[in-house]
Amino acid sequence: MAANVTKTQGDAPRTGDSSRSNATAGDGSGVVLADSRPALAAEIRVAVPERGIWHDLRAVDIVWRRELIRFRTDRLRAITSLIQPFLFLFVLGTGLSRLAGRGMPPGVDFKTFIYPGVLAMSVLFTSIFSAASIVWDREFGFLREMLVAPVRRSCLVLGKCLGGATIATFQGVVFLALAWFAKVPYSAPLVFTLIGELLLLSFTLTAFGVMMAARIKQFQAFMALTQMLVMPLFFLSGALYPLNGLPAWLSVLTRIDPLTYIVGPMRHEVFGHLAIPHTDLQLLAPNVTWGSFVVPTGLSLGMVALMGLAMMAIAMAEFRKTE
Amino acid sequence: MLASTEPVTDAGDNGAVISVRGLTKRYGDVEAVRGIDFEVKRGETFGFLGPNGAGKTTTIKILCTLARATSGSARVAGHDSSTEQDAVRRNIGLVFQDTTLDSYLTAEQNLRFHAALYAVPKAAIGPRTRQVLDMVGLWDRRSGLVSTFSGGMQRRLEIARGLLHAPHVLFLDEPTVGLDPQTRSSIWQYINELKQREDITIFLTTHYMDEAENCDRIAIIDHGNIVAIDTPEALKASVGRDRVQIQTADDPAAIAALQEIFGLEAAMHEGAVTFSVPAGEQFVPRLFAELPVAIRSVSVSRPSLDDVFMSYTGSTIRDAEASGADAIRQMAARWRAGR
Repeated sequence: MAANVTKTQGDAPRTGDSSRSNATAGDGSGVVLADSRPALAAEIRVAVPERGIWHDLRAVDIVWRRELIRFRTDRLRAITSLIQPFLFLFVLGTGLSRLAGRGMPPGVDFKTFIYPGVLAMSVLFTSIFSAASIVWDREFGFLREMLVAPVRRSCLVLGKCLGGATIATFQGVVFLALAWFAKVPYSAPLVFTLIGELLLLSFTLTAFGVMMAARIKQFQAFMALTQMLVMPLFFLSGALYPLNGLPAWLSVLTRIDPLTYIVGPMRHEVFGHLAIPHTDLQLLAPNVTWGSFVVPTGLSLGMVALMGLAMMAIAMAEFRKTE
Repeated sequence: MLASTEPVTDAGDNGAVISVRGLTKRYGDVEAVRGIDFEVKRGETFGFLGPNGAGKTTTIKILCTLARATSGSARVAGHDSSTEQDAVRRNIGLVFQDTTLDSYLTAEQNLRFHAALYAVPKAAIGPRTRQVLDMVGLWDRRSGLVSTFSGGMQRRLEIARGLLHAPHVLFLDEPTVGLDPQTRSSIWQYINELKQREDITIFLTTHYMDEAENCDRIAIIDHGNIVAIDTPEALKASVGRDRVQIQTADDPAAIAALQEIFGLEAAMHEGAVTFSVPAGEQFVPRLFAELPVAIRSVSVSRPSLDDVFMSYTGSTIRDAEASGADAIRQMAARWRAGR
């Protein structure tokens, strides 16, 4: 202990200078040196300032950063969550193409057809399960550290949603690097559009997960429930089959699935960059339709964004409650 | 000493940093806190002593804005803990009974996270981090992942984190529960050192009698009521009787005989016939001479806080915990489920 005290005192001049210069810089800093008590040469006084917009942004930033740090240290999760889309694309895709390939126009690979859906899948698990850490944090106490802090709870929720969206999108980008194997061209506009769409999707899915995590207090229950929802979301999105000409019941179910409204535009984008006739594009990658109404891409994406924002708002309201 | 930019806002009329009036809290049918009043003065170390499930944690949760009172008011550092949550949160530091660290982050990353949430000025983070980590002897381990820390190190890190933003009031909820005796005493050493270094008021809960002795004042809480508040010395003096515990060949007969011959109320506590008398040493010879039951051993002790607790609540703290086992489980579940 004695050694530590000496170290602190040794640091005192440097510490004092930096905090003084900062105070004169006038950021309302509460750093003041208490140097009238000689025994405690390096007393550093800190006062927590009133809440302001910068404070709010700092809170969003740190919650976001924490997601990234945790993701970086958890390589196993990064690898395992890419296994499933990998299997779908290369094993299922290759296997099924012998059958399904016959329905494809000449020169179009079945793997290309399912690639956008599987790309969406690559962010599906990561984004929803990134919210699981809220449940985890609740059980292991860290959530309380956040909830007693003098910050808007909505900032915590926003940071969380952005954090989950960022790491999930990063996973999607890794999978995007494999596009060549699915005969999807690497063109800059296509890649950037897809990344943007992945980001939007990841955000909405994370918001969905966070909303669930706000209500569900047990880790097992959260995992079971989300796992139960993930597969139907994927299968109903039209990731593996075209949405036109389906039986009425399935047609209705696919239109309820939010994932449909992102897989559709993504596939449209991918096929738009292939050298295929317009009729094939309309056949393989049509816009989503409601009866005879063709949903424009902008509306499609706008709905996904709106859903994400609505779910995030519900999560924020949920976290504002005090016992 | 230069004052911090935000003055210590003790709104209390008489320098009270915490003031609680008629506070109650219900969870459904369970009344966890049943109308308590107390004040904590600036710079004081104030202890809440009571068995698990007595309402200590509920009170702390209300004070630090994690729960809302059913009725009554609680003011901390001059702000109402239900209507001015933010102002209260800015002024308090918390160390919970179970860890609230992120074990996937390093010690320093945990502190940085805290600093950002509490808007600690960026220039102050470095020196202040060093200061608090030095204080708890963890500076050398700052880059270590919290998951590699022992229970005692984690608790020390939590104390350091609770102090990072220089709170005016530090809440310690069972700060040493689950730690070995050596670590417990080192935690207390840090707390006592802290009291000397910083202008800080400490509010702590404990169910260890020996820890309560470290407090300037103690409130004894049982079944959601405060049964006594005073300094440890005054509380012990108020008992005024020594505690005698005897092991006998026939305990029920001994209890009956004590009642019949000496008019003393005796009861079984911790496996021994226990009663209290004004001057213990002088009573023991009479006991041997007059008690018809064979005595195997005798112990006489000056009033401890155990006796204080017993004289105010009618049971020892351990007995109270054994009988309240269900209540504890309930409270623990609630505390875990709560946010």
